[in-house]
Parts: sequence; C-alpha cells; structure tokens
Amino acid sequence: MSTESAPAPQGNVTDEQRPRIAVSALTTNLREYGLIIALIVIMLFFQFTTSGTLFKPVNLSNLVQQNSFIIVMALGMLLVIVSGYIDLSVGSVAGFIGALAANMMVIWQLGPLSNPLVVSIVCLVVGGLIGAAQGYWIAYHRIPSFIVTLAGMLIFRGICQALLGGGSSVGPLPDDFKMLSSGFIPDVIGPLTLIPPTVNAAGKTIMGSGLTLHMTTIVLGLIAVVAYAYFGLRTRRKRERHGYEAEPFPLFVIKTLVASALALFLVYEFASYRGLPVVLLVMGVLISLFVFVTKRMTIGRRIYAMGGNPKAAQLSGINTERLTLLVFINMGVLSALGGLIIAARLGQAVPAAGLGSELDVIAAVFIGGASAMGGVGQVIGAVVGGFIMGVMNNGMSIMGVNVDWQQVVKGLVLLGAVIFDVYNKNKA
Amino acid sequence: MTTILEMRDITKTFPGVKALSNVNLSVEEGEIHAVVGENGAGKSTLMKVLSGVYPSGTYDGQIIFQGQECQFKGIQDSEHKGIVIIHQELALVPMLSIAENIFLGNEHARYGVIDWNANEARTAALLKKVGLKEDPKTLITNIGVGKQQLVEIAKALSKEVKLLILDEPTASLSEKDSQALLDLLLEFKRQGMTSILISHKLNEINRVADKVTVIRDGRTIETLAKKDISEDRIITSMVGRSLDDRYPPREPHIGEVVFEVKNWSVYHPIHAERQVIKGININVRKGEVVGIAGLMGAGRTEFAMSLFGRSYGRRITGEVLLKGKPVDVSSVSKAVQHGIAYVTEDRKTYGLNLIDHIKHNITLANLGGVSRHSVIDDMRELAVANDYRKKTNIRASSVYQLTGNLSGGNQQKVVLSKWLFADPEVLILDEPTRGIDVGAKYEIYTIIARLASEGKAIVVISSEMPELLGITDRIYVMNEGRIVGEMPAADASQEKIMRAIVRGEGKAA
Repeated sequence: MSTESAPAPQGNVTDEQRPRIAVSALTTNLREYGLIIALIVIMLFFQFTTSGTLFKPVNLSNLVQQNSFIIVMALGMLLVIVSGYIDLSVGSVAGFIGALAANMMVIWQLGPLSNPLVVSIVCLVVGGLIGAAQGYWIAYHRIPSFIVTLAGMLIFRGICQALLGGGSSVGPLPDDFKMLSSGFIPDVIGPLTLIPPTVNAAGKTIMGSGLTLHMTTIVLGLIAVVAYAYFGLRTRRKRERHGYEAEPFPLFVIKTLVASALALFLVYEFASYRGLPVVLLVMGVLISLFVFVTKRMTIGRRIYAMGGNPKAAQLSGINTERLTLLVFINMGVLSALGGLIIAARLGQAVPAAGLGSELDVIAAVFIGGASAMGGVGQVIGAVVGGFIMGVMNNGMSIMGVNVDWQQVVKGLVLLGAVIFDVYNKNKA
Repeated sequence: MTTILEMRDITKTFPGVKALSNVNLSVEEGEIHAVVGENGAGKSTLMKVLSGVYPSGTYDGQIIFQGQECQFKGIQDSEHKGIVIIHQELALVPMLSIAENIFLGNEHARYGVIDWNANEARTAALLKKVGLKEDPKTLITNIGVGKQQLVEIAKALSKEVKLLILDEPTASLSEKDSQALLDLLLEFKRQGMTSILISHKLNEINRVADKVTVIRDGRTIETLAKKDISEDRIITSMVGRSLDDRYPPREPHIGEVVFEVKNWSVYHPIHAERQVIKGININVRKGEVVGIAGLMGAGRTEFAMSLFGRSYGRRITGEVLLKGKPVDVSSVSKAVQHGIAYVTEDRKTYGLNLIDHIKHNITLANLGGVSRHSVIDDMRELAVANDYRKKTNIRASSVYQLTGNLSGGNQQKVVLSKWLFADPEVLILDEPTRGIDVGAKYEIYTIIARLASEGKAIVVISSEMPELLGITDRIYVMNEGRIVGEMPAADASQEKIMRAIVRGEGKAA
C-alpha cells in the first residue's frame, strides 16, 4: 500500500531491539489496517444477515457499480479536505454534468460532437473549469470554501434542473455510453467453463447454474497480485540495500498473502459472473494514481504540508494559492466523472442525480480517517470509507431496512468512526 | 504612605527555564511604579503571576495586597480585589461597540436581558473620565489604537480598580497619544490611584514614575527612588551582566559583500498609511554574521519577512542585491531560488508542520533535492533527513517523530535543517534561540558559527543583546522602522546599543 507507512527504525539493529521493532511494526500496521478490518467485519455481518446474498457475484458487481461514483469523488474530496477545505458542490456538479452529457448526446444533435467519447471528454473539461471557477475565489480571494461551494451547490443544481426542462429526465442514453457504468471488460482470452450449466427439460440452460470463468479477469487479477508482491519485495530490497531496517519479513509475508488472497477471492467472484466491471477498472486506475501522487510525488507532499500549516508551507516556498486552485480543478474533473458514471448507470439524466451525494463523499473521507483540520488523511482510507458506506447501503437495502433508518445508521457510523479516531489520537 | 502591594520571593519555573527567581516588588499606595527590563527579563511573567493568569500554586512566593495574603486562582479573583491589568496586545472585540466591550461579561442585565441604557450611560461617564469624546455605540474597529488604549483603561475603571497595571501601554501609540496617556496616568495619581507601568521607554519613565524597579534575568536588581532615576543608571542596571563563555569561539573569515538591501520601505498591510520600514540599507559579507538589535516592535521581523518574498506588508519598495546583481525576491520561491532563507521567529506558527514528522519537515523547502521528475526518492529523503538529524544533533527517537512532540530547541534545529538543506547563500535567522534552553542555545550558536565559516552570509535578529554581542561580527541597531546605529561587534556594548535605541527614539519624536 505504501512504501513508507511503517516507520521502521534505521541504522544497525541489535538483536535485543528486534522483538521490540516487530511489536511496534505490528501495532502501527494494525492501526493502519484497522479500517480495512472494519470493512471486512461489516461485510461478514451483512453476508450473515442477508443469508449470503452480499457476496454473490452478481451483488458484488452491483455494489461496485452503485458506489463507484462516491469513491471516484472521494479521491478528489480527500485532497480538498487534506488541504484544509471542503467542497459541498460535488453532488450538484455531478448532476449538472450528467444533464449536460445527456443533452449533448440525445437532444442537441451535435453530429460528431455527440459521440459518447467526445461528450465525456468535453464534460471532464467543463468539470475542471467549474472547479477552477470555485477554486479561484477560494485560493486568490480567500473566500471560505464552505461558502463558495455552498453557492456552487445551489447554482449547479439549478442549472441541472433547468437543462432538463424542469422535472423531466433526458434519455435513453446510447449503449456505448452506458458501458462506462454497466459494462464489463471483454473477455479477449475466452471463457473457461469448469462446470457446464444445467440444461432443463425444454433444452434451455438454467440461469446461474454451472460455472464459467471470465479468463481475462482472472489473468488481470493474477498480474495485479504478482505485481503487488514484486513491488513490495523490491521496496524491501531497496531499504535493506541502503542499510535501513524494513518491517519484519514474516509480517511482510503475512500481509502480502492476506492481501493477495482477498484480491484473488474478489477476482474469482467477478470472473464467475460477467468479469471485471469497466467502472471498477477505471476506479482501480484512479486509486493507484492518487496513491502514487499523494505518497510519492512532490505535489502530494506539498498538499499535506499546506493542510498541516499553510503559513509554514508558504514560507517554505510553496505557492499555496496555485496549489489550492489545482486541488479544486481536480475535484471538478472527478465530480464530472462521477456525474458521467451516475448518468451511465441510470441510462438517463434525471434532475435528482447526485442529490445529497456530497454528504456521502465527505462522510467517506472522514470515516477514512481524514482530519477536518486538514493535513491528515489517506487515499486508501477514503476508498475504504467509501466502500463501508456502500456496503452499508447495499446490505441494509437487501435486508429491507427502511431508507430513513439507513440514514440513521450511516450517521451513527460516521460519528463513531470519527470519535474512535480522535480517541485513538489523544491516547497516542 | 502605606504599602498597597508586596510581592515576596516570587519564583516561577517553566519546563527547563527559570523565568523568575526570588523577585521582590513593593508598591506604595498612590504612586506610579515603573518596572523596567530587557525583553525576556521576566516583567510580563511577574505581572501574570500578580494578576492570576498563572494561578496560585504554579509559582512560589507570597503576594500581599492591602495587608492580606492573596492566592488568586484566575483573573476574576484578582479583578475582584481591584487589580486590573491592561495587556500589551489589546483585548477588545473589534466588531462590538465601546459600551459592549467595556461591559463584556459584566453587563448591566436582569435575567440575561441587557439594560442598554444603563450600560451606555455608565460608559459615557467612564469615557469622560479618560477624556474620550466618542459615542459609546461606536465600533472599536472604527477608532484608532490610541483611543482603543483609552477604552481599555475605561474598561479597567469600570471594575473599581485599586491597582492599575499597564504593560507597555505606549508601544503602539503615536507620540501625541502617548503623551495624552501619560497625562491621564498622572491625573489618576492625583485622584489617589496606584499604577504599575511596564515600559522600556526611559523618557516616559523619567516623566511619570515615582519609583523604578529593574528586573534582569528573572531577578530584581534594584529599586530606585525618584531622585536616583537617571538614564545611565537604569541602562547599566538593565544590562549589567557578565559575558562568560556561553558562545562558541569563532575565527571570522570575512569576504566580499554578498547580500545588500537598498532603500527598503514597507507599509503596514492593514493600516495603509502607516510606514513600518523606512528606507533601510544594510549589507552582509561572505562569512560574516550580522546582527540586528532592537526592542520589540522595532520592525525587525517585518523587515525580514518583507524581504523574504513579500511575506509581510504592502507597497514594498527598494532593491535587493546578491553579489552586486539585483534579484527578484517578490515571492518566497523566487527568494529561495536565489539562495535566501529565512528562519522565522515563531517556529510553531510559521516554521513547522507540527502534525508531520521530522523527515517531511526537513525536505519541504527543497523537495527538488530529493526527487526526480517530481517523484520523491524515499531512500534519498531518508538519508538526507538522517544526515541533518546528525549534523544539527536533533534529539528524537527517529526522523519519523512528529515535530509537534519535540522540545523547542529540537524544533528549532528541524527548522534550521530545513533551510540548510535548501543550501542558501544568505540565511536570515529571526530570534533563533527564543524560548529554548541554554544547552540548545549553544548548539544553535555552533551551527551558526559553522555556517559562517563555510562562507554563508548570516543575519541574526535578536532581542537578546548579549547573544548578538557574543555571536556576531557587526551589529545594526534598529528602531521604529529605521536603522539608528551600526557598529562592529568588537566595539559594541549593551550600553551603546541601548543608547542608540533611546537616542533614536528621541529623534523619531
């Protein structure tokens, strides 16, 4: 996950020190993986209460497709919150972009400009411009982000509804476009049938019977797992070559094995249904990119420094205004992508698209351990936070919990997660 | 005359620092008693002990007020007895009216409903006493600093004050406002009120004080009666301390001029008409340590910050030359690129990201030095951090320790490391040893000496004159936004510096 998350002591380590280091590495890791463990516990809980429905391949695909837009937007929101700001407009911007995309593809008849790919690119650019417009006031005129984006929330919801001509919806959207949300990657290798489906008396196959694996998904999954292990090992080697103690080898092996097993399990689940959802692939690429940017790139480091102490960052030569602007442009682009994903999943643009989702996104980031004061928060945390919200939505819906009470539970989980975090920090 | 206040053997210790040791202060009823001393001598700490800001039990010694021993648990207790302190930084709420401020927390009210007529009538009467002709409904933000100071005094009067303490009341006032304030103090004295005046403006003390108590290094040095008060006597008493080997030895190798500032002028960021820096010229040579002396509020930090990427002030004019060539220092990143570094006075607010660890703080000003194509090389960063940790002797369990958990001295070493890694030609250090213990101070001096011997040009801003005398080669004296003196450190003495400041003050008026 991170090449530097486990702060191992440096220098020559004596044998007496070794057990102590192992313990400290373990506790640090436990804190870091506490959230992932919480997610797994929640999933197992719903697996039990939904009599095994949660982990059914078809449901896992649904879960990903329903919640991917939250996680995509949470990536941008993480940077916004780490920088010390907030963005309330993301739900409205997503709704507006969905309406814009639908109009471009269905109503306005723009010829080649109505091509779903062209429309998507235009929409992402528009999202970036919206982010820049809001970020400009926040960065260069020091208007509180809460106010600027509250205004944005009203403005873009209004434009969204106006574009859709009041309360009506625009659709249906082209099938190519819907691929973004409801599509699966093509099986270029070809399916592997392990158990042939049962044929009924009429000579038709029974749905869901038999076992056919989507081989491209399996292969991609294996590549990912091997790459994960390889890079983990390489980082260890590098540390050791430079004379620094890496985390204890057994711990590393256990960590890698558990993560690989979990990943392969999910890959198998997807492969036994229709393969890897396109949107999961998009999400995976984005998550990796953001982990890399926040952990390894100078711009990521600068964002954390700015959130931790803006004045000190400025006096260290960081252009905090421009950095703030970039953070909001990024948020705008990801809100637009979120909007496209929502529209693609519904197959149409509706006035309520993304309504209230800013709160889910913000909640995901805070559940993931980010600090409202800025300077603290991890990409993986926000992603897991997003999945926790998603699993709770999905699980409670299957259980038939009333939507009203779902809100209550989500609120309590958010509060509990943050209290737990604050308590832990004070203890440390 | 009877003694209204007696403070006996007051000793107050902060972690690692003894701020006051066995201080005695005795104030007669109806007099104006001045307390003088250098910055950091312990004047304000003493007043905080007296007013209960540091509650009883956190210090040793006795406070006897009007014949009774007092153990104040907080400001409310001391105010209840009639001891009111007016702090250096005004404590008024800008967007509330004069009347609201005066009775803040003390409103004439019944069942929580404020009787505005009573408040305003009382306010009007109090304002008359201090000679202020403003409507009680005027917002604080709309009146000048001088009048705000008078409102503070009116607020004190509203509390049935028996002993009024003023902590450098004229520090931010114009000459005219200062005179008015001093006249008011004399008027109060005629009415029988006792006041303690903390100040280092000797002309003011000469004018109003009946007695002067000098504090130095947290000890009472002497108390002078009116007839013994003289500038020379006070100055000697304020600074008379021996310079032992608290400073590392150093062989200066001074080269050509590296850094030059010409005609630097800066205006206040909010009060646009107030000129804070008034045409300053300085230069620093290769391998030279130059000090800037002055009292608090002389404009030294403002000068340094305005030089460093215009981080302070507006309408900045003047020229900065590096090795004879004018350079653009209009943003911090440009200044850093040209090899100028500024180690801030307040390391917690301006210097460090306290919620991040040592390693990240050290590389922050020069991320390019540990990255390729904007991708940070972890191993290189770790090596750099460990290297500087060793070089500056940062005491921490590892470079992954949060800077917020370090002691002041170690925090300062992290800030220094950050700027050393940026590899500057010119290093400006603003109060580099404030609030850190003697051992850490020596280490910082050693680092400064080593940097100078490596050929860096160094500027040290400090309010501690012995420190400047001990570590610099040349000293500029600054007062009220001007350079009022320049002397080789070898010829300088605390008396000379103090004299330059005091004379400069006279000139400015």
